[in-house]
Amino acid sequence: MSLQGKDLLTLQELSQEDMELILSTARSLKEILSRPIKKVPTLRGKVVCTLFYEPSTRTRTSFELAAKYMSADTVSIATSTSSVQKGETLADTARNLAVMGIDLVIMRHSVSGSCHFLARVLDIPVVNAGDGMHEHPTQGLLDIFTILDYKPRIKGLKVAILGDIAHSRVARSNIYGLTKMGAEVSVAGPSTLLPPEIEALGVRAFCHPEEAVEGADVVYVLRLQLERQSNSLFPSKREYQDFFGLDRQMLAYAKEDAIIMHPGPMNRGIEITTDIADSPRSVILDQVTNGVAIRMAVLYLILGGRE
Amino acid sequence: MSNDLLIKGGRVIDPLAKIDKELDLLISDGKITRIADNIENQDVMQVIDADGKIVMPGLIDMHTHLREPGYEYKEDIQSGTKAAAMGGFTAVACMPNTEPPCDNDSVVSNILEIAQRHGSVKVYPIGAVTKGRAGKQLSEMGEMRKAGAVAFSDDGSPVANAEILRCAMEYLKSFDATIIDHPEDMALSENGQVNYGLISTMLGLKGIPREAEEIIVARDILITNLTKGRLHLAHISTKGALNLIRQAKSNGLNVTCEVTPHHLVLTEDYVWKTGYDTNTKVNPPLRTQEDVESLRVALSDGTIDVIATDHAPHHLDDKWVEFDYAAFGISGLETAVPLVIDKLVIPGIIDWMRMAEIMSSNPAKILGVPGGTLQEGCVADVTIIDPERERSVDPRFFMSKGQNTPFTGWRLTGAPYATIVNGKTVMLDGRLV
Repeated sequence: MSLQGKDLLTLQELSQEDMELILSTARSLKEILSRPIKKVPTLRGKVVCTLFYEPSTRTRTSFELAAKYMSADTVSIATSTSSVQKGETLADTARNLAVMGIDLVIMRHSVSGSCHFLARVLDIPVVNAGDGMHEHPTQGLLDIFTILDYKPRIKGLKVAILGDIAHSRVARSNIYGLTKMGAEVSVAGPSTLLPPEIEALGVRAFCHPEEAVEGADVVYVLRLQLERQSNSLFPSKREYQDFFGLDRQMLAYAKEDAIIMHPGPMNRGIEITTDIADSPRSVILDQVTNGVAIRMAVLYLILGGRE
Repeated sequence: MSNDLLIKGGRVIDPLAKIDKELDLLISDGKITRIADNIENQDVMQVIDADGKIVMPGLIDMHTHLREPGYEYKEDIQSGTKAAAMGGFTAVACMPNTEPPCDNDSVVSNILEIAQRHGSVKVYPIGAVTKGRAGKQLSEMGEMRKAGAVAFSDDGSPVANAEILRCAMEYLKSFDATIIDHPEDMALSENGQVNYGLISTMLGLKGIPREAEEIIVARDILITNLTKGRLHLAHISTKGALNLIRQAKSNGLNVTCEVTPHHLVLTEDYVWKTGYDTNTKVNPPLRTQEDVESLRVALSDGTIDVIATDHAPHHLDDKWVEFDYAAFGISGLETAVPLVIDKLVIPGIIDWMRMAEIMSSNPAKILGVPGGTLQEGCVADVTIIDPERERSVDPRFFMSKGQNTPFTGWRLTGAPYATIVNGKTVMLDGRLV
């Protein structure tokens, strides 16, 4: 178990071998989710803490359920109701939690690199649940896992990632994870939302989304992060939808059996139309289910529980 | 004769007198009284054996932040000038972004008084160009000049707009002082953390384009052309800015510029390699290898006039936080000389003469302060360098309160051996006297 006791901060630094270990472990753990009694004793006596400096529905619940299904105890710190409001620093908050006996911290933070910082502060493992515009490694893993539910292998697949690449940690983790496993990744959006020199990460970048979607096996739509936008990145939601949102017309460029993905939460009618989001080709809810399995695998492999 | 100091056997470098020779130096009453072969050690109180060492005019750091008044928890004039003495500097100029800002003569006088009482080296206050550094109204630069300010800057920010800059530059013609501008287009750099490019993309941090610097460099040069005034550009970090400055100089404008040791040594990759170490967070940001190489070329071809540290000490509390929340800046006084020797002199990018020019003579000239030469009759500000001394950077031993350095653990060859201010030895062999 090469991940035992380690941090999971990025997919960029994770070896392909470790990625495949997590994927195969998740594959066997996923079965637990469909049992009538969803509880195995694997992580009994372990305590994991979710420390969220940003709002979250999916990721936080997913991590907590993953821990609970394996009998770990969980505590959740939402900064909106914690001493962070009194001005406590991240380092102090984390150290105080650690001395209460926590075995692992899962953190989401609006500032890129915060999980690296936390890993320097703490001796216990840190799992990145999304740091700013940097990475969201378990999202990348659950997306790859979901693709593999529908496609035989990642190698050679054409994946189009659409939308706000610049502000997206999901895009970065997917780029690193998918290219490592041999996919051909294209990214597209208005050029104001494409970060500089993105092609150096091994992807092709387009400011006409149709060119990225052309012949794609997977069309991955990112959430337009309205909270991170400055005024001048695009003129209006209406115009964004018209030129860059995924609708039937744009989807027609993809392969007929292409699947549609989105990390949630969706801005319906902006980056994706409702008919597509709810169509049979959409695997958006599968992503959510698989997220629990991936996070079970991550916690299991890091905390080194034994069956 | 008991106040005398004799520096024996060193290799004396003087860019103004064009001396590069083994000579002895006799100092009396704060002045250099003799410079000759083999001066007899008669009744001299102190002799420094400078055999194998380099003796140069006292180094002047024309860009520091001493933080007093207002941010004494980061640094104060006492700790900052001790750091300067340890670093081989006989004088420092301090920027006005204090609290209150140094925008009137009473703050200037206050800084000078504290420096007089507690300072280990000379302190030259730089006054704010505008009241409160707010960019709206000119500050009383004449009164500040009279009180002892040597130059004017809104450092931390650029002079707000072309019209204020034009007026300040014209007005200063009556007071014989230079504007030192911080070139940064604040709209283009807003919320930026690192250089704009692949590294900012990989780190997911907002990038600061090189053009943010170059736009203001270009603006400032055009205004200098309009006014025929004097301009010094702080902490230049990009190839494009250097090209603009090179052209301005060839057009005969009175434009000078400085570069910091860290921009000459580190690239943006360092932020990546250190896993978001906030000690690499500095403004302007660390740039690319291409920029570093052009800075080094500009250092040897004369486009760059000065190496200045932009010494920006911060408390651990300001750095031991998330990257976006961390303060910009590097504590530079105590690593500058070793970095310059190890990374620039020893590899042959500059020689000792050029080092003395850009770290002593040129800053003295730009600021209009004494020093920069070792000729008889001149003020006895002297820096002695041990070119072979090898040391590891360890911020725990800094005199500065700011331990924020990205160079921790670097083994560097070359170190200041003695710092002599007005004929008085303030640092000898790595110890304050």
